[in-house]
Amino acid sequence: MSKFYTFLKYFFITFWTVFVVAPFLWAVSTSFKDFQSVNSKVTYIPWLDFEPTLEGWRVLIKSPAKGGVDIVEPYFNSIFVTCTASLISIVLGTLAAYALSRFTFKAGFVRNNDITFFFISQRIMPPIVLSIPFFIFLSTIGLLDSLLGLVVVYIVLLMPIAVWIMVDFFNRVPKELDETALIDGCNPYQAFYKVVLPNSIPGLIVAGMFCIIFGWIDFFFAFILTFTEVQLLPVKVVALNSSITPWWSLSASALVSVAPLIIVAFIVERYLSKGNLSGALK
Amino acid sequence: MNLIGEKISYKPDEQFHLNDVSFNFKKGNLYTILGRTLSGKTTLLKTIAGLLNPDQGSISFEEKDFIKIPVWERNVAMVYQQFINYPHLNVYENITFPLEQRKLSPEQIKKDVDEALKTVGLVGFENRKIQELSGGQQQRVALARSLAKKAKILLLDEPLVNLDYKLREQLREEFKRIFSEGLSQDTILIYSTTDPQEVMELNGEVIVLDEGKVLQKGPAKEIFENPSNLKVAEISNDPPMNVLKGSKNSKNLNFENISLEIPNHFKNLEDKDYNFGIRASEIKLDENGEEFEIELAEISGSETLLHLKRGNSKIIALIEEVMNFKIHEKVKINFNANKFYAFGEDEKLVSSPYGGTNG
Repeated sequence: MSKFYTFLKYFFITFWTVFVVAPFLWAVSTSFKDFQSVNSKVTYIPWLDFEPTLEGWRVLIKSPAKGGVDIVEPYFNSIFVTCTASLISIVLGTLAAYALSRFTFKAGFVRNNDITFFFISQRIMPPIVLSIPFFIFLSTIGLLDSLLGLVVVYIVLLMPIAVWIMVDFFNRVPKELDETALIDGCNPYQAFYKVVLPNSIPGLIVAGMFCIIFGWIDFFFAFILTFTEVQLLPVKVVALNSSITPWWSLSASALVSVAPLIIVAFIVERYLSKGNLSGALK
Repeated sequence: MNLIGEKISYKPDEQFHLNDVSFNFKKGNLYTILGRTLSGKTTLLKTIAGLLNPDQGSISFEEKDFIKIPVWERNVAMVYQQFINYPHLNVYENITFPLEQRKLSPEQIKKDVDEALKTVGLVGFENRKIQELSGGQQQRVALARSLAKKAKILLLDEPLVNLDYKLREQLREEFKRIFSEGLSQDTILIYSTTDPQEVMELNGEVIVLDEGKVLQKGPAKEIFENPSNLKVAEISNDPPMNVLKGSKNSKNLNFENISLEIPNHFKNLEDKDYNFGIRASEIKLDENGEEFEIELAEISGSETLLHLKRGNSKIIALIEEVMNFKIHEKVKINFNANKFYAFGEDEKLVSSPYGGTNG
């Protein structure tokens, strides 16, 4: 490896690290600033450039009556809705995907591929098209502006992702593995949870991560389908914005919004590099 | 008490995968299924295992209707040509898996697994991950899992085909040992392969399968000596038996303007047109022989395969040394007339050097 190549490699790694980390540092720094430090001149480093204050963070937990924007409840609402919807999507989606991957369905002209496409087609339409039917649907069954209603809607949005990823994953697990399990005395259910599932952990993690991310970052449906009773984090964060843009509390809320995803990414990263199934079977 | 299949047909699409297959497998015996790829070998094994249900026909084992018993209750074992093991378990757990599934006592499991590991030569590999093993070792794990089960029916589906040449030779030797020592008299062993040499070495009862149909059944020696028709002669020889269209008259055998003296076993043959068969190994280079043109020369190991042409006939000769030939060169060869087979124009065996006829 030539020196030039090494230099180039580290140069790009450094560049990329700065590129990725800088906004976070900027947000951390901004979250401790006050109006003065943001608007007067460009400032970077606390204590040197500006006097840090916790006001930006305090706003997030203060009740509205005291001039704050309480994001604690929306925060836990978001965690609850995302986790519940993701979990149900993964369980149902994995079962559906296994069936689609292993059994042949025939109903009129409908075949396995058509059913898989039906699931994925749920994501083809722009959200705005879905919003009106969802609104009418939820108001009819009386779940508008409720956590349960949001969970139902998110399952509709997230399950296609789970099905899509898991069908592809199961298709790459050789059928002979299931067959061997059957021959070795497992009934089809045991073959699924004793053999296929333990070998599908990387796929489950990828699917789970996508579900969590897509659930967590959704603003649109949370905005359309909730009013006063229930609020999710992204909607509340946007609500921070008033006549003067409060950059300090926006930064703080951005950081707390991103935090769960970063934690998930760190936990998951280990499993992803560990489970290499393809090498095991051929 | 045998495994009996009667008139089994399986036709999932336009083509027959199994066509009217019948068999009677006795306990304590080794059966080999010989056939080319896509001849229905795997389908037949999967049908016996219960992974496929035939469209027609019946299978019974120990006087019970086998088709009504689901796979997981049949107590069969199967080794695939792909190395199929449970990637999430280590070697030891892979082998215990079917035993735990049967709820055997821990002492019994330990005993059976240790025995199986010893048989396949994997002692000391218990805690290895499957991914860390070579192909040959992975296949040994699969075999050990099948042996430890002590299943009454053991199915091996081309277990050596995905291994490299050397390992295949080595494992084949071990298979012979395992089959002769390691199996109880209660076991029916069914082994499928495309390789005639494997069939001869394992020396069991052979079923020759082609396009889902049984072409011939019998001991390996019988298949080799008296193939019942041209197809069997092709499938049971590697390289396939050469076929020369010709005729016999009162004095000579004639083909491609070559006349040979009539060998003894052809003396009583009717004078007419035949398909003559001759193995590649019964053709020798000979200065005084007949002239053929070389189309291709392949060197394999210590042998040379010569693809030869004369008139409309193409034959393969097996020369037992490594020689260099130029393509389109002419060589002179001689046929060992005493090893000629005669097949009728309906491709059925009429006369063989070993005395068999399709009478």
